[in-house]
Amino acid sequence: MVGFVGKRVLHGLVSIVGASILIFVISRLSGDPIVLMLPVEAPPHVIEAMRRNLGLDLPLWRQYLIFAGHALTGDFGMSYRWQTPALDLVLDRLPATIELAVAGLVFSVCLAVPLGVLSAVHRGSWIDTVGKGFAMLGQAMPGFWVGLLLILVFSIRLNWLPAFGHGGISHLIMPAIALGWYPVAAQTRIVRSAMLDVLESDYIRMGRALGAPERVLVWKYAFRNAAVPLVTMLGVYFASMLGGAFVIEVIFAWPGLGRTVVEAVFSRDFPVVQAGVLFTSILFVTCNLLVDLSYGLIDPRIRRDG
Amino acid sequence: MVPTATERPGGAELVPAQPLLKIENLRTHLHLARGIVRAVDGVDLAVAQGETLGVVGESGSGKTMTSLSILRLLPKPMGRIAEGSITLDGTDLVRLSEEEMARSWRGRKISMISQDPLTSLNPVFSVGDQVGAPLRYHGLARSRRSLRETAVGLLRRVRIPSPEKRLDDYPHQFSGGMRQRVACAMAIACAPRLLIADEPTSNLDVTIQVQMMELFRELQAETGLGIILITHDLGVAAGICHRIAVMYAGRVVESGDVRDIYRRPAHPYTQALLAAIPHLGGGRRKRLQAIPGMPPSLIDPPTGCRFAPRCPHRMPRCADYPPSFQVGPTHKAACWLAEAGA
Amino acid sequence: MAEGAFAQAQPAGPPVAQSRPRFGRVRRLFRNGLPIGPLLLFGMVVIAGLSGDGLAPHDPGALNLGAAFRPPAWLAGGSAAHLFGTDNLGRDIFSRVIVGANIALVVAAYAIVLSGTVGALVGMVAGFFGGAVDALVMRLVDIQMSIPSLALALVLAAVLNPGLSTVVIVITITYWTWYARIIRGEILSLKERDYVALARVAGVSTPVIFARHLLPNILNTLLVLATLQIGQVIIFEASLSFLGLGIQSPDVSWGLMLADARNYIQNAWWAITIPGVAIALTCLSANLIGDWLRDTIDPKRRQL
Repeated sequence: MVGFVGKRVLHGLVSIVGASILIFVISRLSGDPIVLMLPVEAPPHVIEAMRRNLGLDLPLWRQYLIFAGHALTGDFGMSYRWQTPALDLVLDRLPATIELAVAGLVFSVCLAVPLGVLSAVHRGSWIDTVGKGFAMLGQAMPGFWVGLLLILVFSIRLNWLPAFGHGGISHLIMPAIALGWYPVAAQTRIVRSAMLDVLESDYIRMGRALGAPERVLVWKYAFRNAAVPLVTMLGVYFASMLGGAFVIEVIFAWPGLGRTVVEAVFSRDFPVVQAGVLFTSILFVTCNLLVDLSYGLIDPRIRRDG
Repeated sequence: MVPTATERPGGAELVPAQPLLKIENLRTHLHLARGIVRAVDGVDLAVAQGETLGVVGESGSGKTMTSLSILRLLPKPMGRIAEGSITLDGTDLVRLSEEEMARSWRGRKISMISQDPLTSLNPVFSVGDQVGAPLRYHGLARSRRSLRETAVGLLRRVRIPSPEKRLDDYPHQFSGGMRQRVACAMAIACAPRLLIADEPTSNLDVTIQVQMMELFRELQAETGLGIILITHDLGVAAGICHRIAVMYAGRVVESGDVRDIYRRPAHPYTQALLAAIPHLGGGRRKRLQAIPGMPPSLIDPPTGCRFAPRCPHRMPRCADYPPSFQVGPTHKAACWLAEAGA
Repeated sequence: MAEGAFAQAQPAGPPVAQSRPRFGRVRRLFRNGLPIGPLLLFGMVVIAGLSGDGLAPHDPGALNLGAAFRPPAWLAGGSAAHLFGTDNLGRDIFSRVIVGANIALVVAAYAIVLSGTVGALVGMVAGFFGGAVDALVMRLVDIQMSIPSLALALVLAAVLNPGLSTVVIVITITYWTWYARIIRGEILSLKERDYVALARVAGVSTPVIFARHLLPNILNTLLVLATLQIGQVIIFEASLSFLGLGIQSPDVSWGLMLADARNYIQNAWWAITIPGVAIALTCLSANLIGDWLRDTIDPKRRQL
């Protein structure tokens, strides 16, 4: 078990280091950040001095080591735009993004689970057809457009929900739906096919023959088994939420990491972009790691196999 | 040995006339897009208290559909009991509502055990949870603690060593044979009157099979349980059953005392099945497919004897379906050859 | 001895013959029935995309402030001249939707061909050679998959100038891993087949093995993956353009139209609805065609 955990954690660390290299290299592709930091008419010797000062005259790998060393101590540099440490900015915005991503995930799972289970139980019936249609539609409608339509209907026409901002539940509903929209289809499919497999199994048949009420069979005995593949995918879905949040936050003016990074991209605020994306990746890797480690809780067979 | 009760019209009554389970003229149909499959086509069976009836046949012979009919768990929506009665303890199960079946019959008076030890337990619930579950379904558990105690008792009854320590273990922590015992404990939790043991078509570890049979025998001696063993393997049936009914293409072709079936098989199909077993209880058992040919389609079955196309003793009369002939005191066969012997 | 074994193997027919996918692929396509609706719909999008400005009744960029915020033709105040109404600058939405199809399809075509080629090649190499190459490639895939694709796109967009080529690059970088992983798996199982093993033992050169034994066998999978990717790519492009990091004005993209329309969402609901419907219907038809292709020619990949 310890070996298993250690291996997974190491795996995660390698991924994060790799991601940081990737992000670092890509953000250096644009050439010289100095050009952005100094006025165009700056004399060459000033540029040269600044370059040396920032370590930009060093080979790329040494620059990365310096970057990584600083990053490890929490120093991603100052935001060009906000003149605050990039990390502070990111950490300040992170909770709102996590809040949104969790809400989006809750929405999608709450929709996908009943849809998938009922489609499997009533396979071939109208419920199944509706579920399939819904899933097809879900995959074809971009989340940000769903968000815009929600605003159109619930904020502008009906005036029920606030169109943007961060606050109570009412602010959270529409962004969560827009964000959770896309993965519903895939999740429904996973739940449905897992349920179909499980409902055919001997232990469900035996439970039925021993008089277990259908409700218990479906929602307790079958679902607990069918949930394993969904739970294993939750980390991936949470991550897709973090990615999707970049667009959804812009639409709903949600004060999260995504919107901050998008704005930073526009102002070429590289420290913020780097810190923001790296943090998203760390979050992503951590989630997948936690999911890997929590398999055992839901499926006891994995506990021992490790 | 527990006394056997058999239905024997016209013969001497050796045992009480009222069996535990009596199936009369059961017809179960599967309504498929390509037609109605007459999966069970006029079956009569009886099981006495404390008796084990082996229902033997190859897949598609209707043995599993018969057992699902008893439990009223036919595949939905295509399965339907078209005709006949299934009387258990004086109640015709065919007439009961689904709610009544679930509430007071399934798991309570009739229970089922699938004999595949690897798949008959839910992998994500602890054994203790599962063993006592039938008691919960039927409102027989008073408290969580009493349920735990009952579960320990049940596990002890199926000879699981130190059951109190194993309650919180999960199925994968048990060996195949032990899992089979746990499944057995579940099946007898509510002290049912009838147990249906359906053997999977896949090959099963022989030692586990033997253990199972011993367990069945002990349970029967303790509780007077009636058992129906569904199997494709006459060799297995020989080891445990009191009586045997051989099914072919939705009908019972021969039934009788286990000794009669083995020593004096009257139906050519039974004879062929026996010939496929080189040595009883030993050697490698061949599958039933050893008989050349295929069973007929049950969508539009032939009017005559259904085994005729594969039968070595086929004769012109086989164009009419033979009635059941009495070939011994408790031995009947549906074959024209048996008419002479009767 | 080895030569002898080879000589014996020869009469059994050159491995090539066995490795070719069986005939009847075309016939199989029709077994499940054609998805007529999706094919027609997607066909319309393709025609619109190929025609460029040709089918558009108006110049998609022509401003006409006098005719701003005209509702669609079927509503009161709409006119037949502007089937889907006009936007805040009086531009004809119908024409812009048609021209937008062009960008969507061009991006999809480039991105799919590029990411499919890169991914398939990498996947084939990794699967075929195994060992360190495989480990390295799979690590790279893992690393890249640990960055959410839109976040990676943002980093790229920050350093590259926004526009069509950036969008294509971003999508290629995002999706090649998808192909690489699946193709690698496919190759791993192909490698075990007798005819590939035989070809290797017989000393057939690696490029020939790739071209004659491996590639023909993964074409089905590639085709299915590519079709299933169309919808995703179109949505990805729309998202990037919506954020202002993709297609730039005066080029027309559905995502860009939505970004414009968002600013006057109160005035013209149709301007925000219609481009989205175009995206959704295009993706829906592409996905349905992809599902049908997968079920028909490659049923074992149903989990995709």
